Order: sequence, then structure tokens, then C-alpha cells
Amino acid sequence: MQLDAKIPAGPIDKKWENHQFDMNLVNPANKRKYKVIVVGTGLAGGAGAATMGELGYDVHCFTFHDSPRRAHSIAAQGGINAAKNYQGDGDSIYRLFYDTVKGGDFRSREANVHRLAELSVNIIDQAVAQGVPFAREYGGLLANRSFGGAQVSRTFYARGQTGQQLLLGCYQALERQVAEGRVKMYNRHEMLDVIVIDGKARGIVTRHLVSGKIEAHMADAVVLGTGGYSNVFFLSTNAKGCNVTATWRATKRGAGFANPCFTQIHPTCIPQSGDYQSKLTLMSESLRNDGRIWVPRKAGDDRPAHQIPDDERDYYLERLYPSFGNLTPRDIASRRAKEMVDAGHGVGPMKNGVFLDFRDAIQRLGKETVEERYGNLFQMYDKITGEDPYQVPMRIYPAPHYTMGGLWVDYDLMTTVPGLFAIGEANFSDHGANRLGASALMQGLADGYFIIPLTIGNYLADGPRGGVDENHPAARDAVREVKETQDRLLSINGSRSVDSFHIELGRVMWNHCGMSRTESGLREALQKIPEIREQFWSDVRVPGSGDDLNQSLEKAGRVADFLEFAEVMCWDALTRDESCGAHYREEHTTDEGEAKRNDEAFSHGAVWEFNGVGQEPTRHEEPLTFENVPLSQRSYK
Amino acid sequence: MKLKLHVWRQSGPRSKGDFETYDVEDVSPSMSFLDLLDLVNERILLDGGEPIAFEHDCREGICGSCGMMVNGVAHGPEKLITACQLHMRSFSDGDEIWVEPWRARSFPIMKDLVVDRSAFDRIIEAGGYVSIRTGSAPDANAVPVPKPDADRAFDAAACIGCGACVAACPNASAMLFTAAKVAHLSYLPQGQAERLERAASMITVHDEEGFGNCTNHGACQEVCPKGISVDYISRLNRDVFRATLAGVGVGRD
Repeated sequence: MQLDAKIPAGPIDKKWENHQFDMNLVNPANKRKYKVIVVGTGLAGGAGAATMGELGYDVHCFTFHDSPRRAHSIAAQGGINAAKNYQGDGDSIYRLFYDTVKGGDFRSREANVHRLAELSVNIIDQAVAQGVPFAREYGGLLANRSFGGAQVSRTFYARGQTGQQLLLGCYQALERQVAEGRVKMYNRHEMLDVIVIDGKARGIVTRHLVSGKIEAHMADAVVLGTGGYSNVFFLSTNAKGCNVTATWRATKRGAGFANPCFTQIHPTCIPQSGDYQSKLTLMSESLRNDGRIWVPRKAGDDRPAHQIPDDERDYYLERLYPSFGNLTPRDIASRRAKEMVDAGHGVGPMKNGVFLDFRDAIQRLGKETVEERYGNLFQMYDKITGEDPYQVPMRIYPAPHYTMGGLWVDYDLMTTVPGLFAIGEANFSDHGANRLGASALMQGLADGYFIIPLTIGNYLADGPRGGVDENHPAARDAVREVKETQDRLLSINGSRSVDSFHIELGRVMWNHCGMSRTESGLREALQKIPEIREQFWSDVRVPGSGDDLNQSLEKAGRVADFLEFAEVMCWDALTRDESCGAHYREEHTTDEGEAKRNDEAFSHGAVWEFNGVGQEPTRHEEPLTFENVPLSQRSYK
Repeated sequence: MKLKLHVWRQSGPRSKGDFETYDVEDVSPSMSFLDLLDLVNERILLDGGEPIAFEHDCREGICGSCGMMVNGVAHGPEKLITACQLHMRSFSDGDEIWVEPWRARSFPIMKDLVVDRSAFDRIIEAGGYVSIRTGSAPDANAVPVPKPDADRAFDAAACIGCGACVAACPNASAMLFTAAKVAHLSYLPQGQAERLERAASMITVHDEEGFGNCTNHGACQEVCPKGISVDYISRLNRDVFRATLAGVGVGRD
């Protein structure tokens, strides 16, 4: 597997500019002759499909939802970063770049991150022009707030529904192209394979989720904007449908998968309330702007929060990190919360949370201001827990939320399979070992609106154009294999539900490849996963047929892929014998209990090559160099 | 808690449906309504049946996927939430609960509780956007927007496209959905250039899709999980009227 990142030459702040000039272009009149498939309609896929449609490409866009507007980007709450420096507080493109590289604990590619910071400003312009109703100040200008890992206010937001508003902007741009006939939408189509011909991605296999029809769609390039894989843990903040199928099946067709063990555990989620629970709910990190995190000083203290006097409370983030306080990066905030709960300081009926308290903010700002900033989040919390956060502190606990790992891509966002691109959370490119808050929306939109529409031309100008159809042997083989897998799932007729296997896998992954990891735990997981997989394939029950809407069958295919993918995640966590960002190996900690990197041995992206189900995958390395942000131990003290 | 659940089962768009009854035990008050359906489905499956099909995804009230009539009310008895945010603490031991899909001609039933809401996409396609090419936008602070306008635009833009408004309306009208988008963009300077044309063409497609007209019942506002106000419908009507006066045709040539 060749890993050439193709980073353009020149100083960091000129690379993208130079590259735009150096790239091959497709003549405007010829663009319509190139067919591009986009899978996924979240911020990355939706923005990419819309913009490529505007440019004139023949875009075919697929989503398994009933409408492009339902992609999981819709659920992002807190905000989107941009180096606008509208607050005049010393922000700049360089500072956003610096914060992101440092926040990622030096495991991302500098050139990509700098481009992201450059493009961040264009995203806000674009979104405002589309009518995205960002929060504004009384003078009519845009408002900002702060997010973890930054000491400037650069986060733009639309109450607690920023993802929704940005996605609707994207969706509307996409529907405009649909109306113009430049994008053809395929709703309720799930992608189940990539078709590779002569080493190039030339199409996909989909199943229509209503008719059950399995068919090939050919193209000159394929773009995956299919999101992350947090649902490998079963319980996560991801929507129930989120899955690894598209990226995993691409991996099985030769795309390298980078840093799968870099999974983010978000510090502020509502703690689990019982075994029946199907998912966890995030409470936006923006709450940490005004909420203060604490636990009772005395372990096992059962008193209600308001009866615990201030001197018996431990505001542990403020105590440990005086300069960042409650706004430390996510990985750190999560680990400290886990330690507090593990040490018996947990609160709530199951003793599985810490307090996030707005008492002081309400006193300082008044209830009205707090309501304006966080009203819908407070309401959401109240609906789920039956507790009113204006009266009692919220209870929060970390939960799987975002995956920094993803398909390896070069500077043009192309995977190791020529013609196959990955954008947004589906790729690994910008967040290193830990993503800072309000950066996912930024990356998805930068990839979708501003990068892929240009870099795809760089490929297509020299790439294929037509010449293959659905009857090509590779296409027919791929369709047949998908059908065979489906028939196998339907014929087992065992005694256990798909969910029961998913829950079992999730428990193994959370215990051994979750917030903290050890060599022995990971080896145990690597032993257990194949056992669960084997049981799945002999004892799962998938009722119904493949010829109509069959949600059990859909889930079964996704869980089957998680059961294969999970092993690669554990291999990655095992072989990355250091701690960095969200990847925390208990064997490697600093004296202060922080993640201890080993730059000499692990300053690289680990890229995994598939060798067959149950076979140990091959590990490749993309060396990372840091010329602009000097390697240092992260400190948020 | 113990509950009796009557759920609409229908195997396909053209088949005849009916209610089936499920007795459920061990229901915890902190379960969500969809957790309950998961539980029922697990039992149906292990008894050799086919689970109830229902749409859901984010399970936190924002994707708009889930939607069902619970005891005759869209999204159930609590205000300002979706079915996934409904928790069993809203019910009592021994309750009977009737669960049905949205019922509207423009939302054909596909299976059990799943309906086809693609008509909403086609209404947006008709003009629910600002025609701005990627990369051609001016600086975001170049045009100040008065805060009250931005706030009103946001209130309208909060629509999640779940379809509860249609399901609740005696005319199966999608005027609230359409009005929310028209109003959102009409409050912003960026939305002015296409304002009248947008209103005219969106309402045209709304009617073509077979949604009924608004006769001011207000049932839509009552069930809307995002609290979108019927006032936006009058705003839509004003814009459609102005479009007619300005010669921006309502209905197609």
C-alpha cells in the first residue's frame, strides 16, 4: 500500500493557494460528461454534492435516509469554529491552525489543518448568505462563544441547533441542484460495496431499502461522506443508523483505514439510566462556557446538590487546570470525570455522573440570559431526565461521540484507491488524536463546499470518463456478493436478535477499547470479538425477506461490519503503544496523569490494510512532521 | 408498569392494515417511547414474528425521522417533543396505548408506522433556498441583521420536517411546514431577492402534492415539537397574495 500524502510544496500558508493553481482543471463544458457518485448527505456529502452540481458535474447522490435532511450532522449542537476574529481577541488563521494541531495532540497533518483554518472563514460567509440564522448581537453582527481547547471566542452558533441549521442550508443548496437537474437524489438507498475496476473506484452497489432491489451504479469517481463509527460501542451519542459499512466495505476493497483507535469520548452526555437504553444523549460542550463541573468532595456523599456547601464541593477542572478551567479539551475533561466516578464521587441514582451546575451562571447573568443561550438544551435535558436544570445541576458523564479515525486520504482527500474519496468524519484527516469542539462542522463543510469540488477535478482531468456499465464483470460480481451476504443473513434463523450481538460487542469495546486501554484488555478484546462474530453468523435471527422494507436486515448488515471492523480498532489501539489525545493507554501517563506521547516511535498515522476477515491486518505508517507547531507536551494548566 | 399496546401493522403500501395488541410488562418510567418499541420488537422477534417497522434515528428530537400518532395525538400527549423524547413517565400502570402512522393522502404508508414524506423535499425543491453559489458570498458581517429578525428567522427555521403538522391537520395541510421555510428566509435580507417567487412556487407544489388548505384550526401548532407558530401561515399567505399582485404567478403556466 503506497501512502503518498502529496502535500504541496511551499510555506504552510501558501500550500493550498499554490495547489489550487497547480491542479488540473476540467473545462466547464466537459464537467457534465463526468459522473460523480456522492454517498451521504450530511454536511460533507450534502455540501459536496450541491457544489459539484453547481460546477456542472453529473452528480448522483445517495442516502439511506428518507430525505437528505436527516443526516446525523443535524444533531450537532454547539457551534462551528472560524478564524474570523470578529471579537478582536487575537484570533487568526494561524491560531486556529495551532490550536487544532495541539488539540489533536500532534497526530494530524499540518498542511491539511492549515487549509482547514484558512477555509473556516469562507464557510461562515457561505452559510450566512444561504440564510443560516446564526446568533447575533443587538447591533446585528454575528455573536461568538468559546469552546474547549481555545482561549479566544471563535465559535459561531445557532442556539443549540447549529448542526441543524448548517445542514438545512446544505440540504436547501442540494435541493436547488436537484430542481435544476444537476443532482439526482437516491433516497432510501444504502451503499453496500464499492466497485473497483482496473484499480480505480468506478461505482457502488446499493440496496433500495423499500423494494429491496440490489443494483450497481457506475461513475467516474466515488465520494464517501458517510460519517463515523462511534456506534461500534452500541451506546453512543450517534444516531441509531450511523454505521461503518460504507467505509469498511471500501477498506475491504483496498482503501487504507487510518487511526481507527482515535475515538472521542465526549465529556458532557446524560448518564445512562438503565439497561434498556438504546442510545446516549449529548449535552453540548458549549454548556461548559457557563456551567461549572463539580463532584462532592466526600466519596459516596448522598445529599442533594443544594445541600452540599461550597467548601465540600470539588470543582476539579478549575482546581487542576486554572487557565482553561471547565473548558479543557474533551479527552482531558472525560478522563477526569471517569476518575472521579471511579473513585466513588459519582452522583445520581446510579452514581455514574458528575454535576454540571448553572447556579452561579443564573445568579450572575439572570435566568433569561441563560435561557437564551441554552434554552433548548435545558429543555432537552428536562424531557429526558425529568429534572429541571434551572433548579438542580445537570448530571453528565462521558460517552462515545465522534471518531477521528477514518479512511486514509491524501491532501486531495483521495483514499488509497484512485477515484475513491472520503470527506467529513469518514476520513481521518484533520483532528489527529483528539478533535476540538466545534471543529467537526467546520471540517465537514470545508471538505464539502471548498475542497472536494476542486480536487475531484484534479483527478478527473486525467481520470476515466465513462466506458464501463453495470454489466461489467466487476460490477456483477460485487452485486452477486452483496446478494449472497444478504441471503446468508436471512437464512441463519438463529435464536438471538441483531441488537443482542451489537450490545455484546459494544460492551467489549467500551471496556477494553474505550476511554482507557491496556495491552491485556486489548488482547482480551481481540480474542472475544471473533467469538462474538462467529456466534453472530451461526445464531442471529433476521426475520422477513430481502424484498421489502426490512429494518432487521439493515441492522444485521451493519452489525456484521462492526464485528469485523472492531478487530482493526483493537489492533490499532494495541500497536499504538503510547498515549496521545483520546487514545489513552494506562501504561503511558505523565506524572500528572495526562496522556504521554512517544513521538520518536509514534509520530505517524497508522494505516491498516485489510487482509481477510479474521486475519491480522497490515499496519502501514505515514510519517508526520511538525515544522510549524513545535512538538510539545500539551498543557492546559 | 404494565401496558397494553395496540399498534398499526401493515405489511406494504397496498396491503390492508389492522391493529395488533401487545401486552408489555416491566416498563420503566425512565424509558423513552422508542425504547419501549425496541423492547416490544425484541419480544416479537424472539417469538418468531416480524418486528414493527418505525422510523427513528437521532433519538433526541432533531432529525425528524420518528413520528407516530400516540393515542390519536401526533408525537403523543406531551407538548413540544417528538415521539423519541416522549418518556414512559407520561403514562400510568395499566394504560392502553394506540399507536398509528401519520395518516394523510400525501404521506402514503409504506409499512407499519413508516410513511413516505418525500413530498416535503419537493416543496423545498420548489424554492426553499437562497440561490447563492458556493464561494460567491460576501463577508458574513457585511450585512447586519437586526437581532429580532434573526431570532424570528431562527424560530421558523427550527422546523424538523417530521410531518406532525400534516398528521394533526383535519385537512392534511402542510401549510405550517411550507410557511416555516418561507418565513425563515423572508425575515433575512439574504432571502429578499427571491421572496415572492419562493412563496408562490412553494405553495403551488404544496397544492400539487395533494396537501389540503389551511382553515385556521391551529392543530398543527399544538403538536409541533418545535413550537412553530401558525402566525407564519398568515405571513406566507401575505407573501403569496403580494406575489399574485406583483404578477409572480401562483399555479403553473
